[in-house]
Amino acid sequence: MTSTVRTYLTRLLPQLIALTIIIVAISMIFPGFLNLKIQNDRLYGSLIDILNRGAPVVLLAIGMTVVIATKGIDLSVGAVMAICGAVSASLITSGHSLAETLLVTLAIGILCGIWNGILVAVLDIQPIIATLVLMVAGRGIAQLITEGAILTFNDPGLIFIGSGSFAGLPMPVVIWLLFGILVALVVRRTALGMLVEAVGVNREASTLSGVFTPVLLIAAYVLSGLCAAIAGVIAAADIKGADANNAGLWLELDAILAVVVGGTSLLGGRFSIAASVLGAIIIQAINTGILLSGFPPEFNLIIKAAIIVFILVLQSPRFRAAFTFVSIPRAAGKPTEREAK
Amino acid sequence: MKQKYLPLTATILIFLLSYALCIAQYPNMLSTRVIGNLLTDNAFLGIAAVGMTFVILSGGIDLSIGAVIAFTGVFLAVVLEQTSIHPLAAFALVLVITTLFGALMGAIIHHLEMPAFIVTLAGMFLARGMAFVLSIDSVPIKHPFYATLKSLYFKLPGGGRITLIGGLMMLVFAAGILIAHRTRFGTNVYALGGGTATAKLMGVPVASTTVRIYALSGLLAGLSGIVFSLYTSAGYSLAAVGVELDAITAVVIGGTLLTGGSGFVAGTLVGIFIQGLIQTYITFDGTLSSWWTKILIGLLLFAFILLQKGIIRLSRNGRQPA
Repeated sequence: MTSTVRTYLTRLLPQLIALTIIIVAISMIFPGFLNLKIQNDRLYGSLIDILNRGAPVVLLAIGMTVVIATKGIDLSVGAVMAICGAVSASLITSGHSLAETLLVTLAIGILCGIWNGILVAVLDIQPIIATLVLMVAGRGIAQLITEGAILTFNDPGLIFIGSGSFAGLPMPVVIWLLFGILVALVVRRTALGMLVEAVGVNREASTLSGVFTPVLLIAAYVLSGLCAAIAGVIAAADIKGADANNAGLWLELDAILAVVVGGTSLLGGRFSIAASVLGAIIIQAINTGILLSGFPPEFNLIIKAAIIVFILVLQSPRFRAAFTFVSIPRAAGKPTEREAK
Repeated sequence: MKQKYLPLTATILIFLLSYALCIAQYPNMLSTRVIGNLLTDNAFLGIAAVGMTFVILSGGIDLSIGAVIAFTGVFLAVVLEQTSIHPLAAFALVLVITTLFGALMGAIIHHLEMPAFIVTLAGMFLARGMAFVLSIDSVPIKHPFYATLKSLYFKLPGGGRITLIGGLMMLVFAAGILIAHRTRFGTNVYALGGGTATAKLMGVPVASTTVRIYALSGLLAGLSGIVFSLYTSAGYSLAAVGVELDAITAVVIGGTLLTGGSGFVAGTLVGIFIQGLIQTYITFDGTLSSWWTKILIGLLLFAFILLQKGIIRLSRNGRQPA
């Protein structure tokens, strides 16, 4: 057990260090940053705000991690968010109950995932193009559902998902925490995670050794679609309306970035959901930090790009190779630790 | 007919067929005015798509071009507003900047062995960020030279006009076709798209080719930005969002394989025409909403991917017995 914990910590160490540095840096510029207070039975503070604002990207990153681990990529998640937000808003305004609305919305997300999955697994289309189709068409479909307008709603149940709180935490945080733990358990307490990694490393070899790759691939995209659906509902509930044009716009890029910052290779194979969640929180912390610390918002993107390039350069194979003489003992120790687990 | 021409032929056929359908419904669409406008309205997208074609032929991707276009526009607007240098000098300066920017991304992709997707994504943030730093407002360009450039056109029979930017796009496509098929660099790009390891064994200078591909894409994105600023007479840091996707779509519809190594620059031109035609049709119709453009383009994309899959499968089956 202790060795398992240690393996996890070694895996998450770079992300934890990066997050700590960013939080310390922000709190030095903005002293009140670490303050937390309880008001109306709910925690308030910048740290909670980061977790809350980051909810959509965290959710997308959970699904994206599994897709990327299969050597795929899902560009459509932003558009699926827009579709699902539009569906939930139009259902709830046309008088359906909350349960029906949520069920249908999640089913639509799953359907989008099945579509992507079939394109990738059965028709054998490159993931980046296969999901590009839904990315391009999806926003049009979402606008078709909302008929070009921003659909607003005031159903207290649906709004609760975006701005309510449970056990002192904002509802979006509760949702991604529970969902993340659930996915991590399903993936890691069964052989699924290992099979996903096997497909990502070598799809042909996995098929030959008896892994039923098409189902596994479709399942990965379904998970991603489901994550996007939940994120879409949260985003819509947060602004009490569905904006087909802007909901989830470019979030697919943030989610991919979160996964990469989390250290999962875009070439597939070994993945860590916890690391991707940390990656998403790092990105959100950077965003919030830049806003709080009073930098002109114009510099937002440049600073973000610089930090990302820095993290990526640290992870690049060439850079690591240049420093192998420092890390040989650790690098040699790693596989055995992994096997011991 | 050679199999490699199949996707291109299909693209051209679909374009001609859909254009014929459009004309059947709206005979006015045959006029040279529509064709002239098609060229002018899609000039910036077309120029950027030529660069994207080379990147995709080499098996890479460049997500930064929309941001580079916005940066170029804002840079020109700010420079022309605050200094007294001639627009032509400003054009040269901005092209040098964007070319170096592309070359830098290419160097990072090659030397740090990082995926093009992520490197150009960071490049997209950086270019958009630089545009924001220069100005967050939409800056109008009032230089008289711009008015001169905009008034240049070649009159077609029937009242259509080929504007400077429309003509420039055709020139860039012609140059792109020449570079792709008649130069060593073009051959190297195709070789790289066929597989880096194979290309290296064949003696292709992988490092310099990669750097040059992304430099070319940066140069053309810069040129596209100049055209865009001529088209809109302003520089705005939020302009041209998502142009990289339109360009990728045009390249794929044009029959280029996203895996690299196979495709034609000319196909991209037809891809641009098809996208422009859909938009023109929706304008002519007047009752369809603009979101149908996205859905139709998505469907077309899907149809072309299926077509390519079918062709690849056919060619594989054809090769096996031989």
